[in-house]
Amino acid sequence: MTSAIRKSGKGTTHVDRFLTLIRVMLIGLIVVGSLAFVAQQIDSQNPFARWANPDATGLTAPQFKGLLIAGLSQGAMYGLIALGYSMVYGVLGFINFAHGEVFMVGAFTGFIASNKLADAGLWQDYFVLSLLFVVLLAIVVSTLTAVLMEAVAYRPLRGSPRLIPLITSIGVSFFIQNVVIVLFGPGAKSYPALPEGLSKQYRFLTFEIEGTKILVLLVAAISMAGLWYFVERTKTGKAMRAVAEDKEIAALMGINVNRTIVTTFAVGGAMAGVAGILWGILFRSVIATTGFLPGIKAFTAAVVGGIGNLGGAMAGGVSLGGVEAVAPLVILEPLGVGGVSQLRDAVVFLLLILVLLVKPTGLFGERLSSEDRA
Amino acid sequence: MTRLLDIQNLSVTFGGLNALNNLDFHVDEGEIVSVIGPNGAGKTTFFNMISGMVTPSSGDIIFEGESIVGLDPNQVTALGIARTFQNVRLFANMTILENVMVAQHCRTKQGPFGALFQTKAFKAEEEAIRAHGEKVLGFFGSRLVGYRLEQPAAVLSYANRRRLEIARAMATKPKLILLDEPVAGMNPKESVELTELIGKLRSEWGFTVVMIEHDMGVVRDVSDRVVVLDHGEPIAQGSYEEVSTNPQVIEAYLGRPVEGAGR
Amino acid sequence: MTATAANAEHLDAQGGAVSDGSMLDQNWAKLVKFGAIGAITLIFIALSGMLVGLDPRPIIEGRFSLGYLALIWLPIMAGYGMSSETILEGMVARAKGARELMAGAIVGALNGAGLSLLIVLIQNFDLRDPLVNWSPQLLNLLGFNNGNGFGIVAWIVLGALLGLFGASFHVVSSEVRRVISIVVGTLLFVSIFEGIIVDLLKGFGLSPVTDFVYGLRGGLTDVSTIVIAVVATVAAIYGKGRIKDAKAHVASLEGAERKKVNTGLIVGGAALLVILPLFTGKITNELLANVGIFLLLALGLNIVVGVAGILDLGYVAFFAVGGYTTAILTSPNSPGFAPELPWIVALLITVLVAALVGLFIGAPVIRMRGDYLAIVTLGFGEIIRLLLLSDWLSGVFGGAQGITNIPPADFGLFQVKGTDPRSVFYLVLVFSLLAIYVSWRLEKSRLGRAWMAIREDESVAEAMGINTVNLKLMAFVVGAILASFGGAIFAAKVGSVFPTSFLILISIIILVVVIVGGIGNIAGVIAGAVVLIGVLGGPRQPGLLQEFSEYKLLIYGALLVWMMLKRPEGLIPNVRRARELHQDEFLQDAWLKGHVDDGSDDDDDATDSLPDGGEVAPA
Repeated sequence: MTSAIRKSGKGTTHVDRFLTLIRVMLIGLIVVGSLAFVAQQIDSQNPFARWANPDATGLTAPQFKGLLIAGLSQGAMYGLIALGYSMVYGVLGFINFAHGEVFMVGAFTGFIASNKLADAGLWQDYFVLSLLFVVLLAIVVSTLTAVLMEAVAYRPLRGSPRLIPLITSIGVSFFIQNVVIVLFGPGAKSYPALPEGLSKQYRFLTFEIEGTKILVLLVAAISMAGLWYFVERTKTGKAMRAVAEDKEIAALMGINVNRTIVTTFAVGGAMAGVAGILWGILFRSVIATTGFLPGIKAFTAAVVGGIGNLGGAMAGGVSLGGVEAVAPLVILEPLGVGGVSQLRDAVVFLLLILVLLVKPTGLFGERLSSEDRA
Repeated sequence: MTRLLDIQNLSVTFGGLNALNNLDFHVDEGEIVSVIGPNGAGKTTFFNMISGMVTPSSGDIIFEGESIVGLDPNQVTALGIARTFQNVRLFANMTILENVMVAQHCRTKQGPFGALFQTKAFKAEEEAIRAHGEKVLGFFGSRLVGYRLEQPAAVLSYANRRRLEIARAMATKPKLILLDEPVAGMNPKESVELTELIGKLRSEWGFTVVMIEHDMGVVRDVSDRVVVLDHGEPIAQGSYEEVSTNPQVIEAYLGRPVEGAGR
Repeated sequence: MTATAANAEHLDAQGGAVSDGSMLDQNWAKLVKFGAIGAITLIFIALSGMLVGLDPRPIIEGRFSLGYLALIWLPIMAGYGMSSETILEGMVARAKGARELMAGAIVGALNGAGLSLLIVLIQNFDLRDPLVNWSPQLLNLLGFNNGNGFGIVAWIVLGALLGLFGASFHVVSSEVRRVISIVVGTLLFVSIFEGIIVDLLKGFGLSPVTDFVYGLRGGLTDVSTIVIAVVATVAAIYGKGRIKDAKAHVASLEGAERKKVNTGLIVGGAALLVILPLFTGKITNELLANVGIFLLLALGLNIVVGVAGILDLGYVAFFAVGGYTTAILTSPNSPGFAPELPWIVALLITVLVAALVGLFIGAPVIRMRGDYLAIVTLGFGEIIRLLLLSDWLSGVFGGAQGITNIPPADFGLFQVKGTDPRSVFYLVLVFSLLAIYVSWRLEKSRLGRAWMAIREDESVAEAMGINTVNLKLMAFVVGAILASFGGAIFAAKVGSVFPTSFLILISIIILVVVIVGGIGNIAGVIAGAVVLIGVLGGPRQPGLLQEFSEYKLLIYGALLVWMMLKRPEGLIPNVRRARELHQDEFLQDAWLKGHVDDGSDDDDDATDSLPDGGEVAPA
């Protein structure tokens, strides 16, 4: 009931004014950057483009499309991870900080399984079957990790003040990361080479798309469709939505809340497992800290899409991936910022801040029970 | 008598639902006014709006000649409007004394500098805060003072929590005090006693009181004026006698028109 | 807990809560669960490389190493834990006997069997590819250098014995239990903390003692083991109850007397802290300096998280701001702007900059939901690090090369520099005391009360006239300033700053320090910093247990989870927070003591002749 419809009129404080300033500055940055980019694209010598950054060269269409495709395929992966954050937040109302680690465990499982398959000569020869096997294995391991996490660390904390499970999940994340380090060593691990067909470029409409990216988008789309079917069409999915709405009422309606929560973690874990394999396909390398940044970015995607909103999480992921790939070159570079590729992650965090300042319920609206919204 | 609070055409909607509709209402200085109405009539929303926790969709709230719409709750409190909550919201892990000390925040001004250097002004202010805290607690007899001062609010009985809430509101040194169902959950004896104290809030402390109450006995005993809300709309205003015989009011409470008078 | 016969009978009649002593009447499900969890944990410990990595470090020279210690504690705990039970008010402890010993032995054997299984697996499969510690060396040590067959049998037998030992704690008298605990604890303490003990005693010219106690390769010798065990036993028996008596004595003192004792203790402690570093060696002083820097950071974070309830995961940003501002202002190598100010002048500017950055970061986040705030501050922490690292701003911050050649802090009489950890320690001590003073005074003021109210219920605090936004912002800024002190000292100490010195990891570790120590409680935070940073070490700084440096982050993670689950209020809890987290128990406790208001309307409840009302302690 607090600040349900607070519109600051007279009560504007310095903080409010400062926030407005930040909002305006961030949006202004985006507008001016984009305009400068457009100006450059039209003619790199026109005065506006030169004023902002005399050295900028602009992008060619294929470059831009390439960036966008790379961004979107990464974004699809973020989207899959974001589903887990979003579902858990919807049901339990806390950020499972360790969800990124579930994803990392999936990627690690994929690394081990694919290398063993490659040693046996199966990876190259029967790629589709091998990949299917690896994906299924990653799903199983990630799901187990997520379910175990819930049982050991989160279940005993139900009903405690809301920051306590969050802090616990930070500990869980730290712990899993370091378990992986002490067991498998701190170095980077490589996936085996992919079949040649995947590294070729394919033409699709006007886009040149690399095989791996098609594969990633395809797998993500299939997983998302499966999840959508599960949540919207099955009885368990309905139970999940009911529990997200109101745990007590759901329990009164005969839904086993505990089992539903475990299912939520399991489904989120499965999606993260798939995302882990996609990471392996895209980057072919995994280390114990792999889960951290994609985890945070996926959370950002969940917030951008509206937390608790599954379609929003996926859309948020894809758009985040696109923005992350394109924004540094489209907005920052035309403004004269050097070495923009180093600032990709910073762009993501700025986006998170902007969304929370301008539209904290996300682009597609959040779906939370009223108690979690407090 | 001067107008302390003047509410003009106040409306608020929550997602299409009219929680309050065109409320015109005023409180004169030194009055005790009761707001009554069936559950869901918008009484608590009305309080939330005055105290700045909800912003009205239209209309104006004038306090001492100035509009307070759009102010943050803390600014409203600083202007001199304090409130209690229907579902008792004390700082349960703070001591009873701390509960009333912290409520004087907006009446005091020492910052980090005074605290770090233990200036004379700081010490004097702390002493004054403490003294005023004990004074408002003393209003309720010996229940909240003595060894209880240093106990956490969580150990208090329900009735005493309600009393502490009122003390906390008093500690903010308000001009207008909003009581949200002050006697709910109290036994008849306690109600009678508290009713008397509400009278003293005006006579001894000079507060103007607006209260939401379901207990018609209490309403009858202390109110100068009664306002009846139903479905977000004011349906009657006037003295207790006028209101209690108003057929519209009886209909609102009983759901159908009733011949004859109320109680 | 003393059992009265009447109570025991009562329980018995209710359904046989008293053990009948039959050895096979076990809780098999629990047994298998404990056994399996223990076995898996042991396999994990072995595969994590602790056994191999820590074996070179002896506890008792030639007999027993830290590597084996990393394994054998577990069956003991499992054997003990198997028969532990929570005894609630009004319950009577069950009589323990052969049944419990049996349970302990079985659990221990199951635990040990995990390692036997591991031996079989290593023998037959080669998983060295993903698992880095799957090595013949591990196999060798698991077999006690006596072959695999021996190892398989030995671990089961040893496990059973250890479990039995653990369970026997339930059976023997509390006196024996106490003596054994003290003796084992002393032996382990003396052996494990060899490094600092040698360093300390050397400072006091007592090298001959350490020469006698420790063997050439480290660890206790046979003779010294026996001597220490005997001394500890005597001390344990002789010293029984004396500490408790002393405590009780102090507690029984009247206000003024007690204040005297407290002042005495504080002055004594402070004097010790000032004098001690004069006698200790470089390593110990370095350690103390690191503990101090982290303590400073932890005290700052405690104001933000513990007092105002804002979970700031990007706290390291302010540490970085402090470090980099000092570096830019003092170092001649600063790439952009290099005024080469003296440290103390730079410090003043650093504080201002940190406060501004605190306002700048704080303003947008302060209104967010608590958990969003955590992630966004984490984001700010990363943004700051990425900016420091970027080529774009390398003209000011030096990019990945950082800023080097930061001069020592010059105070005329003496200089504070990294090569002289003692000077760093004194500087840190001064600032830590300052931070403690600030925390203490602010908490006890009008601001502290307002912070408390905000933590309890933000919207009510707002309705009670507290400007929550400004106050939270103020807490944020105070935290930022304390962290910037840490950064400034860090820069002068290390002599260079790099983006990699300010990883998010540091935020997390400081958070663990605050939480493990006791969130919201200054004494708790000090304890947390001393125990964790002192013993385990900071992210890059070695602690006393240097051997564990590879595993310290693992331990930090596990500890954080464990504390949140078992004791979220920390080692030395803040009274209020403990109350908040254990509201039901607290109220039950207060009720038992007769402190709870029974709601009787009569005024006589105030005249109840209760002792000091403030003494209600949480359960």
